[in-house]
Amino acid sequence: MAELTTARDVTSRSREADEPSDSLLVKFGADKPLKLDAGVELSPFQVAYKTYGALNPERTNAILVCHALTGDQHVASEHPVTKKPGWWETMVGPGKPIDTERYFIICPNVVGACMGTTGPSSTNPKTGKPWGLEHPVITIRDMVRAQAMLLDHLGIDSVFAVAGGSMGGMQVLQWAASYPDRVFAALPIACSTRHSAQNIAFHEVGRQAVMADPEWRGGRYLVEDTNPRRGLAVARMGAHITYLSDAALHRKFGRKLQDRSNPTFSFDADFEVESYLRHQGRSFVERFDANSYLYLTRAMDYFDLAADYGGVVANAFRGTPTRFCVVSFTSDWLFPTSDSRAIVHALNAAGARVSFAEIVTDKGHDAFLLEEPELFAIVRGFLDGAARARGLAVEKR
Amino acid sequence: MMLSRLKTDLTMAGAARVAGGTRVDLLLVADMVAQGAKVLDVGCGDGELLRLLGERRGIDGRGIELSREGVNECVAKGLAVIQGDADTDLADYPNDAFDYVILSQTLQATRHPRIVLEHMLRIGRHAVVSFPNFGHWKIRLQVGLGGHMPTTDNLPYAWWDTPNIHFCTIKDFRELCRVSGAKIERAVALNAWGAPLRLNVPWWFWNLFGEQGVFLLSRSG
Repeated sequence: MAELTTARDVTSRSREADEPSDSLLVKFGADKPLKLDAGVELSPFQVAYKTYGALNPERTNAILVCHALTGDQHVASEHPVTKKPGWWETMVGPGKPIDTERYFIICPNVVGACMGTTGPSSTNPKTGKPWGLEHPVITIRDMVRAQAMLLDHLGIDSVFAVAGGSMGGMQVLQWAASYPDRVFAALPIACSTRHSAQNIAFHEVGRQAVMADPEWRGGRYLVEDTNPRRGLAVARMGAHITYLSDAALHRKFGRKLQDRSNPTFSFDADFEVESYLRHQGRSFVERFDANSYLYLTRAMDYFDLAADYGGVVANAFRGTPTRFCVVSFTSDWLFPTSDSRAIVHALNAAGARVSFAEIVTDKGHDAFLLEEPELFAIVRGFLDGAARARGLAVEKR
Repeated sequence: MMLSRLKTDLTMAGAARVAGGTRVDLLLVADMVAQGAKVLDVGCGDGELLRLLGERRGIDGRGIELSREGVNECVAKGLAVIQGDADTDLADYPNDAFDYVILSQTLQATRHPRIVLEHMLRIGRHAVVSFPNFGHWKIRLQVGLGGHMPTTDNLPYAWWDTPNIHFCTIKDFRELCRVSGAKIERAVALNAWGAPLRLNVPWWFWNLFGEQGVFLLSRSG
């Protein structure tokens, strides 16, 4: 992977973490610490976020979009670092299922990430240097607490909906459990109430790849002016396989060779699939911080909603007023349909109003980010139904 | 709508409809449900009954549907429906979770009708069951004289590709109610044109001339 050379320099990486470009920023001072599950307080801290659309005068049309492990606040507009479209522009935008012409969309960067919300690459105010591994460990519930503080800051008592896939879906479930009266509708997609042993195992491989890179320097690479690009790229390559499916990889690449007619009898990227993965790894390290990868994978590993409610998921939702729409994909083996069924089972046992749809696709876990017309129809229908119940005007189509 | 039309619609393709296109048997079911009740529709198809109950009865409705196309169509309509199987998934629901559990034109397609009915009576304070009556004279004629498995407008399938594996007559269903501990609160039979048969006739008359049975049940004792 000799081509893994270009990357933003250390200062520009730190700058994006402290002063995010093209984002809104709220700073919480010493009077408003973030109480973490780790038993410590994060203070001061900041949350970077984006908004789209307009909040109605009644303040009832806000939709909180929670991003996944490697996502960020740039959900529906160009990413300031990669210059690529927003990560969910298929879903969020004018006339899209999460319609910016009807709803006020808020997408915050999660705590522990690297795009402007406080995380390991942010400057630790006590030392004036990047936090690195001195940053406390973060949980999904901590992310949600910080988002609740953001909503308080914005003067929004309750959101019309919370939506997200994968790690975003975990936040959706945590939101509904922690703040049932602040969530009218919840849309957890391709997620689970707890991270499985297999998923923890995959994350551990990724973390070990990062930490095995000599440039990681015990997490102090920003201070020492190095960057564990190779380790992070390998972590991304491994993870990326889990986001796809055997069928999708076969359909896209098969055994096709990359720009050559015969194998080279070397360890060059002979196969298209190798070249693709290398590209995925390479482009990922351009925009993501290695320590954030450790912290956010850890947050997902620790997620176990039942553990906070006497071992019974249903207890997390007992008497909930929130209406749910759970969605899974047939070829998702990272968060298989059985995980979503377990959520539905718990919600039924709790007497919640729940819809559940499984969508047929060979695109694997990543299907929630891709062009899936059936997913769009379901999200649109669910939100329309909820909007009617909430008294929001529904446009005729 | 990009979703394909429901195959299950075929089952009731020939069903009687009132002006406006609503099926008479669904109206009859709706008539048995109290205003504002909490209702679970098992085998809800494309959600026609749930929509009707929402409009006419203002119910808080949920649905279970086996076919993915049906579920996705329901959810896209804003109905609270989950993909599931009456035979396996009713066990997940707690006792007394609903006022009514409805099984409309689905009993004959379940693997274990008795277990399904018992779950319905456990989950709901009432159960509403509608089903095609296999004792109807036309069906008896096809089996008895024609010597072949019957097909009708309401039951168009050939024996080898029918989803209906547990047909019963109105008489048979009353026996299931007895062994399952279900109390029959109301029963209506519909004739071939979907009109309710006159009351005050003996059960054997219903069993011969009713094309469908609609029963409102509750737990006995």
